[in-house]
Amino acid sequence: MNDHVQTLDAPPSAWQRFLDSHLWHSFTRDRVAQFSLLVFVAYGLMALLAPLIAPYNPYDPAQIDILNAEMPPSWEAGSDPAFWLGTDAQGRDLWSTILYGTRVSLAIGLCAVALQAVIGIVIGLLAGYRGGRVDSLLMRFADVQLSFSTMMVAIVVLAVFQATFGTELYQELAMVMLILVIGIAEWPQYARTIRASVLAEKKKEYVDAARVIGFKAPRIMFRHILPNTLSPILVISTVQVANAIIAEASLSFLGLGMPVSEPSLGSLISSGFEYIFSGSWWITVIPGAVLISLVLVMNLLGDWLRDVLNPKLYKG
Amino acid sequence: MIAFLIKRVVQAIIVMFVISLVSFSIQDNLGDPLRELVGQSVSEAERQELRDEMGLNDPFLVQYARFAKNALQGDLGTSYFFKEPALEVILKKLPATLELVLGATLIIMLLSVPLGVYSAIKPYSLFSRAVMGFSIIGISVPVFLTAIGLIYLFSIELGWMPSFGRGETTQILGFWGSGFFTADGLAHLVLPCISLASIMLPLFIRLIRAEMMEVLQSEYVKFAWAKGLSPRRIYFLHALKNTMLPVITVGGVQIGTMVAYTILTETVFQWPGMGFLFLEAVNRVDTPLIVAYLIVVGAIFVVTNTLVDLIYGLVNPTVKLAGKK
Repeated sequence: MNDHVQTLDAPPSAWQRFLDSHLWHSFTRDRVAQFSLLVFVAYGLMALLAPLIAPYNPYDPAQIDILNAEMPPSWEAGSDPAFWLGTDAQGRDLWSTILYGTRVSLAIGLCAVALQAVIGIVIGLLAGYRGGRVDSLLMRFADVQLSFSTMMVAIVVLAVFQATFGTELYQELAMVMLILVIGIAEWPQYARTIRASVLAEKKKEYVDAARVIGFKAPRIMFRHILPNTLSPILVISTVQVANAIIAEASLSFLGLGMPVSEPSLGSLISSGFEYIFSGSWWITVIPGAVLISLVLVMNLLGDWLRDVLNPKLYKG
Repeated sequence: MIAFLIKRVVQAIIVMFVISLVSFSIQDNLGDPLRELVGQSVSEAERQELRDEMGLNDPFLVQYARFAKNALQGDLGTSYFFKEPALEVILKKLPATLELVLGATLIIMLLSVPLGVYSAIKPYSLFSRAVMGFSIIGISVPVFLTAIGLIYLFSIELGWMPSFGRGETTQILGFWGSGFFTADGLAHLVLPCISLASIMLPLFIRLIRAEMMEVLQSEYVKFAWAKGLSPRRIYFLHALKNTMLPVITVGGVQIGTMVAYTILTETVFQWPGMGFLFLEAVNRVDTPLIVAYLIVVGAIFVVTNTLVDLIYGLVNPTVKLAGKK
């Protein structure tokens, strides 16, 4: 009895509010969303715990024996029970390499999107809140940047850096470069969406109230308006991580990303592609399937979030 | 309209200017043109003299002005590797890339409009669900994996299709080597075009479906129903027209994007186009060729975007008012 009264008086806890929300309700009914989240969490765990799960360390040359190269997975003839997914062209255990590769791919995807989000949110808030000349300048800038596809910009920038630094130094910096390039190239996605929702929020009374109280613009932007634009941010973030992972894989496939000694899923596929004609399909196909299902569940989650939260996303 | 046009053209020129500036600073910092010219055996004093003579010691802006002047006259330097004018080398490869993009665009247009419209009209039918399911899988598969998959299935396992190169080409208009007119050339085009199309097709299906569904909810379509017009007329004349508006804008941007993705498909299929050439140039640090590629592709981007904006302005009268947005 007492408890009941308390919940009426006190504002419900964040957890309680989450359980009551439309989001959670829809999640309990959507099998696809549940499955996708489950798979995504599994990927997250695989990436996080890679050093513990992986039977071998693919970065340690002492554990690699070239004599083990191109062993087929355990269900094919001529396999070695020590490597259940087979080995790649350098004799690395494919399962361990995929675990570490997933880790690299996810890390790059998440960091790049975090960078995009930070740049995009700050610019979007500024443009939307200030309006006027700042707005038109920043948005024109975003237009121009968007009109050059991310892939194009990334390929050109990375190619030029590779040619300047030389391959060896470049390979050491590859991860940072990938994060920077993918992160910087895609900020307009965030900026436009945030700006659109800021424009809608700005007209509301709570913003006027905050201004009348005398709060400074940054405080109103970040503490008051930003929390109300979270649902579009959430929706684009899922899709953007998926895109960033694809972009990373594509760049690595071109040889502009992670080196073969420290492969992401993309560079693993790239190194396997050379052997696909000689019949060693598993070096390409298995990491490829891992990559596709990772991106697929993220896109499915993004679609589900978009349907549930139904934010006004910037179109076009 | 005139003001809008001028604004767009000015913007295009500014962007081209920035591209040329970026390209030039790449050229300025990447590689040493002198070493490519004379090799290692020339003494330091002679080098300095040559540098002065070639104007390599001039201030940045003076050098840029010279570069821009030459570029406007179509001279982008000589490729270190091919020992030919860089622009010519690039333009020789242009038809191969454009045909790839053209083939992919055809596939996209022929498939995305009917599929998108159908799945908007009957969103709950089994076929629409299949289309949407396919499209989300399509978005999730990187273009190089599609390409590898197609090669593996149709070239290695089944042996139906060639896996690399352009095959037999015929010369048309004197300079354009085309693969569209021979059976062999067409066979070589099929797999690369499908893989290039695979990246955009799902996007367009989803876009057309979303726009169409929105348009079908609008008042004027309801009014058309109330007037008793035939469904076909409503769907394909009234609704489709407005559906295609945003598709034009997105389409224009995506053509540029496709040029970028040709680098990936060309690599997998060893397609002798600009993208493949560009990656080779990067590996050889062939700076003039890199710069020429940047300028040519930049120009393609700018021209398509400006054209799309202008076409959009023509078909959508509200843009005139919102010229500054």
